Amino acid sequence: MYDIKALYEARSVEEAVSLLTEHPEAQIIAGGSDVLVQIREGKRAGAELVSIYGIDALRGVRLEEDGTIRIGSLTSFSHIEADTIIKEKIPVLGEAVGKVGGPQIRNIGTIGGNTCNGVTSADSASTLFAWDAIIEITGPEGVRRIPIQDFYIKAGKVDLKPGELQTGILIPKKSWEGYTGHYIKYAMREAMDIANLGCSVNVKLSEDKRTIEDARIAYGVAGPIPLRAVSAEETAKGRPVDKKTVDEFAAAVLNDIHPRDSWRAAKAFREHIAVVIAGRAFTQAVILGGGVLS
Amino acid sequence: MYAGKSVKRVDAYDKVTGRTRYTDDLCDRGAYVARILHSTIAHGKVLKIDTAEAEKVPGVVKILTCFDLKEKHYFATAGHPWSTDPAHQDVADRLILTEDVKFYGDDIAAVVAEDEVAAAQALRLIRVEYEEYPFVLDVQEAMKDGAPQLHEAYPNNILKHTQIRKGDYEQAIKEPGLIKVEGWYDTPTVQHCHIENFICYAEMTGDRIQIVSSTQIPHIVRRVVGQALGMDWGRIKVVKPYIGGGFGNKQDILYEPLCAWLSIQTGGHLVKLDVPREETFVSNRVRHAIRSHIISWVRPDGTYAARKLECFSDQGAYASHGHSICAKGAGAFPQLYPCDNVEVDAYTVFTNKPVAGAMRGYGIPQAMWAVEGHTEEVAAVLNEDPLEFRRKNLMKVGYTDGFSKNEMYADSFNQCLEKAMEAIDYKRKSEEYKNQTGDIRKGIGMAVFWYNTAVWPISLETSSCRMVLNPDGSFQVQVGETEIGQGADTAFAQMAADVVGVPIEKVHVMSCQDTDVTPFGTGAYASRQTYTAGFSIRQTGLLLKERILDYAHILTRMPVFNLDIIDGNIVRTTDGRVLMSLASLAEEAQYSLSESRHITAESTYQIKSNAYSFGCTIAEVEVDIPMCKVTLVDVVNCHDAGKLINPSLAEAQVHGGMSMGIGYGLSEKMIFDPKTGRTLNNNLLDYKLSTFMDHPDLKALFVENEEPTSAFGTKALGEPPACSVAPAIRNAVFHATGVAVKEAPMNPHNLFRAFSEAGLFDKEPGAGSKEDDDAAASSGKNQEVQ
Amino acid sequence: MKQYKLIHCTVNGKEREAMIDVRASLTDLLRNDFRLTSVKKGCEVGECGACNVLVNGECFNSCIYLAVWADGKEILTLEGLADPDGGISDIQQAFIDEAAVQCGFCTPGAIMSAVEILNEKRLLSDEEIRVRMSGHLCRCTGYENILRAVKKTMLKRLGLSSEAPEKQEG
Repeated sequence: MYDIKALYEARSVEEAVSLLTEHPEAQIIAGGSDVLVQIREGKRAGAELVSIYGIDALRGVRLEEDGTIRIGSLTSFSHIEADTIIKEKIPVLGEAVGKVGGPQIRNIGTIGGNTCNGVTSADSASTLFAWDAIIEITGPEGVRRIPIQDFYIKAGKVDLKPGELQTGILIPKKSWEGYTGHYIKYAMREAMDIANLGCSVNVKLSEDKRTIEDARIAYGVAGPIPLRAVSAEETAKGRPVDKKTVDEFAAAVLNDIHPRDSWRAAKAFREHIAVVIAGRAFTQAVILGGGVLS
Repeated sequence: MYAGKSVKRVDAYDKVTGRTRYTDDLCDRGAYVARILHSTIAHGKVLKIDTAEAEKVPGVVKILTCFDLKEKHYFATAGHPWSTDPAHQDVADRLILTEDVKFYGDDIAAVVAEDEVAAAQALRLIRVEYEEYPFVLDVQEAMKDGAPQLHEAYPNNILKHTQIRKGDYEQAIKEPGLIKVEGWYDTPTVQHCHIENFICYAEMTGDRIQIVSSTQIPHIVRRVVGQALGMDWGRIKVVKPYIGGGFGNKQDILYEPLCAWLSIQTGGHLVKLDVPREETFVSNRVRHAIRSHIISWVRPDGTYAARKLECFSDQGAYASHGHSICAKGAGAFPQLYPCDNVEVDAYTVFTNKPVAGAMRGYGIPQAMWAVEGHTEEVAAVLNEDPLEFRRKNLMKVGYTDGFSKNEMYADSFNQCLEKAMEAIDYKRKSEEYKNQTGDIRKGIGMAVFWYNTAVWPISLETSSCRMVLNPDGSFQVQVGETEIGQGADTAFAQMAADVVGVPIEKVHVMSCQDTDVTPFGTGAYASRQTYTAGFSIRQTGLLLKERILDYAHILTRMPVFNLDIIDGNIVRTTDGRVLMSLASLAEEAQYSLSESRHITAESTYQIKSNAYSFGCTIAEVEVDIPMCKVTLVDVVNCHDAGKLINPSLAEAQVHGGMSMGIGYGLSEKMIFDPKTGRTLNNNLLDYKLSTFMDHPDLKALFVENEEPTSAFGTKALGEPPACSVAPAIRNAVFHATGVAVKEAPMNPHNLFRAFSEAGLFDKEPGAGSKEDDDAAASSGKNQEVQ
Repeated sequence: MKQYKLIHCTVNGKEREAMIDVRASLTDLLRNDFRLTSVKKGCEVGECGACNVLVNGECFNSCIYLAVWADGKEILTLEGLADPDGGISDIQQAFIDEAAVQCGFCTPGAIMSAVEILNEKRLLSDEEIRVRMSGHLCRCTGYENILRAVKKTMLKRLGLSSEAPEKQEG
């Protein structure tokens, strides 16, 4: 039994917006795998909740006419992992969300919830950063779309205004077409864990597969919110596909990341691992793109 | 014969259909819900508890604080047999609720409410004023002069210091040409993590109180509740239903006295105390973290001249099982690798941390981490093969311990090692993985252990059994040894069926124990269930059989010495003829108008023996050096637990112990905040016990040298599988990398430090990083927060 | 003031309705209202898997699933696997035969995950089975015999002998 003051159930996005407007103190509950845990902990005890879990319209992945991949915010991790569009176009996202918790958590956990709680360790977030994802938000004023980097404000805080909810995550065609990616979750065990560090890399190779045309790398837990390692990206762009590029790319991430010491992991340790997994994720992304590293 | 056969568990059907009732499943829904208020400081005194706001919460029935405890009956919590010698009794240092806070999580008040939400709300509204004292978390810091003192009676926080002296260490080390090998070894605080948390409920009937508890030791619970409440033991009834695992945590009195007291304070109402997982970690029991220091003086020929062990066991805030754990581990040191000159100093020391008690292995996993890690290092220094070095120095056939009188009757170590080596292809891999370079390296390592069965002669060993023949020829069996998941009831049924001579279906072991009804037994611990109960089952079974055959004599006129019970029939042994079925005999015996007898048997056997159980682990690993990760590729345990009563269940139990050993070696550790003493990872997400994906296939092998002292040839197997796994993995990592890890677990944090110190990373990262000061806002614990 | 909701759902094949406190978890609903006590509480925060049940064919930790969400859903618990005469399903029998049961507390949840996997009628490698079962913590079995029970039943249902070579992943 949870210490919930009141529960309002929305069946549609419009109803959710009006319930949220009507009850300004209310918090959104999607799958609840974070919200309910925090209620039990006492952090959100006594909360009023607007449940959006019943809004089936927000579930599913589709390819829009302009080639944008649209992921409904309530799509569960397991459905994303199994989705054919994801498997075909951006398999790395399926692989990343396939590393969240365990199977039951992946059945209840939603990609919208994972990004809206604003935590840096969310397995989906770094990959979405690396894909230059766009966040779709619906509120009393209608729909707005912002880059995911702008959506994250600070740890635990995202750009959701009163009455708003996240309704979709969009990955434009120019972001994914021609790219291959790899995600490495660094955690203490192989399942039921949170990342001590997450690293998602995608690359676009030249037609002859000898040059890195573009590279994107994003981290979770390398700072208070997910972040892109831009100087590493610049280091790799236009460079030949070789071991030297990998090493310099990996080393460059230290200019971009700023992990901290916590009881979960030391800063020096995180930095060491960040470099190792940057190199490995980059290498794997290149191999998937058809590149050959001697 | 059933002993030796893999019969199915007697409770398996119920467990796969959901029919099995555990404590919470039995509790009436009208129960009040109790929750405990734990201290939020590590050391100090409670000055005042303000419950005014909390009392206003609708649904709150009563709030009781440490100041409401009018009679202070200090009690000991360890699930040991009582000792009539006061000098040997466990330390009585607990109260139901305390104002003297000794760790972050101590029990200072309790809320009784109509439901869990009201109880939780009330807990959050109670205000506590403390006087804070300095606290100490490190075992060796706690021993220093001037360190914060936890218990007045124990200067320098030393609960107990024992010594073993053999030969003359100081003289022996003067022998010319000796090589000195020295090391420090640390094991972490870990928790049992049985999936069913501790739970109990209590209510009064007349002037008696009934407690249903998830415990390994119902009869001991009754005694301690009596002691804690100052109540006659006869007024207390303790019931043990099915138990969702215990592993030693439930071999302690946890909250039964508190729950009983809360019921009494609310007019005898039914009160349930269901301990949440977070509190199970902090405020139940944990495994003692033990720091060991070993010095070996070795001759160039690979024999030991002198050896020394100092070990420091972290008791946490209260005595619980106390020094027994450290003493057991320390006692293994001179026995496992006998040496003429040995000095052992074992200390158990209070710190302001969660209370350490019994946990699967009872000091031996800690000792083996140190001893077997050290053994590997000595072999390396001597450039000897670790296997041959062990063979040269391990205890030999015929070795007898003067105190326990335990004897090594067979060549168990060599047999176990041979079998394990063959299964994992040790010799080939050991050669192949030598002198590797590169980022990813493989290694293979071994470790051995021995384990005592039961607690004689340190404490009483006794077992009682009752058998009641039913009119249909079946019979009920009751023993004081408890089924907590390990499969004891099935082994008991097998043994009982064999002794009496009936099909196993005719044997009904009463799994649910009730101290009003169940014959006295001290419960599940010390890997003693099958060994100990075996004595009383055989003795009582023979008694029952004698009474049955006496009656068969009346019915058949045949002499008892020519009769036997075979497969549920009365058989004339001279010609093998079935004279009658046991069923018809039983029916006649019960209802006969001429000679009615209720055929029962009950007896107690005091066991004055103990038995060495032996075994080893061999582990193969792949170490990804840059990633600071160890992958366990293959692992095998081989045990000599004597004759296996049920090979399939034995194998399953070994798997579970291996799993616990894998966690101990690679991932499990409770983390304490140095600033507050708070446990930081008291949940199953942050505390890393291994998952389905952290294991390779587990191989469990056996050699079966029947134990001559045993009623059924069997001896310890419950705890042994957890004893040698962690050091074997550690030695495999040593083999792969040349890095001798000193501190368990070998998680990436510890490996990062160890590999850095060993210079395994070409270049150190760190340059160019920026400080992050705006790390902020915490969020759900399901997420890593920066 | 307490808030209630009338919900309708199918539980183990039977249509049920209940007036529930909106604060209730699905664990509360199943254990307290329907007395389906195979649904165990081990952590209450979705970390152990002991309360796992199937909702519309998918596994969920019922402790972190609001009971109100069960409205209109089909729920299957361990109690729903046995037939009315007490005959048990192949996966339950395999748990018995492979000694995959010890204390039994994680068993109901683990069997329900096995049911989800087996219902897909796909051949999984050992590694894939481990992934799919990884939401269950067990302290007794080391997972070994649970894996064997699931694998054996999978192979049997697919008409393959249990000696069939393991499927290789791409």
